[in-house]
Amino acid sequence: MSATTSGRTPATRKRRRLYAVLAGLTMLGVAAALVLTAFQDNIVFFYSPTDLKEKELHPNQFLRLGGLVEEGSVKKASDGVTTEFIITDLSNTVAVRYTGLLPDLFREGQGVVSQGRLGPDGIFVATEVLAKHDENYMPPEVADALKKSGQWKEPSK
Amino acid sequence: MHRFANPNQFLRIANPLLPWISALSVLCMAAGLYLGLFQAPPDYQQGESVRIMYVHVPSAWMALFVYASMAIASATALIWRHPLGFLMAKASAPIGACFTVICLATGSLWGKPMWGTWWEWDARMTSVLILLFLYVGYMALIDAFDDPTRGQRAASILALVGAVNVPIIKFSVDWWNTLHQPASVVKLSGPAIHPSMLWPLLIMAVGFTAFYFALMIVRLRSEIAAAKIRNIRLGQVHS
Repeated sequence: MSATTSGRTPATRKRRRLYAVLAGLTMLGVAAALVLTAFQDNIVFFYSPTDLKEKELHPNQFLRLGGLVEEGSVKKASDGVTTEFIITDLSNTVAVRYTGLLPDLFREGQGVVSQGRLGPDGIFVATEVLAKHDENYMPPEVADALKKSGQWKEPSK
Repeated sequence: MHRFANPNQFLRIANPLLPWISALSVLCMAAGLYLGLFQAPPDYQQGESVRIMYVHVPSAWMALFVYASMAIASATALIWRHPLGFLMAKASAPIGACFTVICLATGSLWGKPMWGTWWEWDARMTSVLILLFLYVGYMALIDAFDDPTRGQRAASILALVGAVNVPIIKFSVDWWNTLHQPASVVKLSGPAIHPSMLWPLLIMAVGFTAFYFALMIVRLRSEIAAAKIRNIRLGQVHS
């Protein structure tokens, strides 16, 4: 197809392709945004204790619960492998029971994600507990100095 | 810009630059690895495992950067029919795919001791896996036709469609709850990473970027040569 038969000069055909690409990308972006908004609930990796309270859950629904391990809440059961602790998002809390090995980063005040089911007694029975790392990287001496000077900010989840 | 889109013009500039870019890449990677693995302090929480970051984070940045470059090269090639844009994207794809594999592998190695899992289907990890599939799909598609121009067009459209994934990867950790931590370096309130760890990381990033450009120029040279040979052969057949 030459420029003369189609009645268009090369410059306008280039502009037409430019508009086609821009329009295509815009529509694609809008479509992706709509799809992702619609699937919001399936894309989130975990629910917070507040989400858990507000959401209508099927009994025995398998889900992930995330938040901070509440200070002073970690209790080891007598069998040595079962741990009970409380997950908090600083407004609501959920008690969790987990039998198994905990990751290295698991500690009080640490962000965690646990997978399991909410029992009828309100205790979340976890089959898996993952530690969540925050975005702060620093040498141990700096962390100690910050804690000492009172500038330490608790991880905000 | 049209002047540089001429392959010969491009080679006249790229060829003398190549040794300098290669030297920069080797120097920065050697310095960055030494600083990151031996000089930088361990992290207050992660301990020595934090050193995986000095390879993981630059390769993740490069995986995104190379894909964005491919998408721009494909768009200019589609709109203005510059053969160099197609060749540049084609030369970049395997490099970007390798960066993505390195990013996923090192992330997995870090995830096991830190999170307690090799792999989880969270938004960040899943979108990076999709990026790898886009690279592989692009490489398969561009060579899937007997007529190279048809393959180039189809693959370029795929590269453009896949570009939607780039902002999703970057912002996935802000838009949704993810297991992966939010951005530490590129964020509004300034880096949340101590300078003693940030410098080795940035030096590694410069090294990785120079490595990409050096490798891309070498691959692009061979792509240009292959295209010239093809044209000569076609000329012989038709004469």
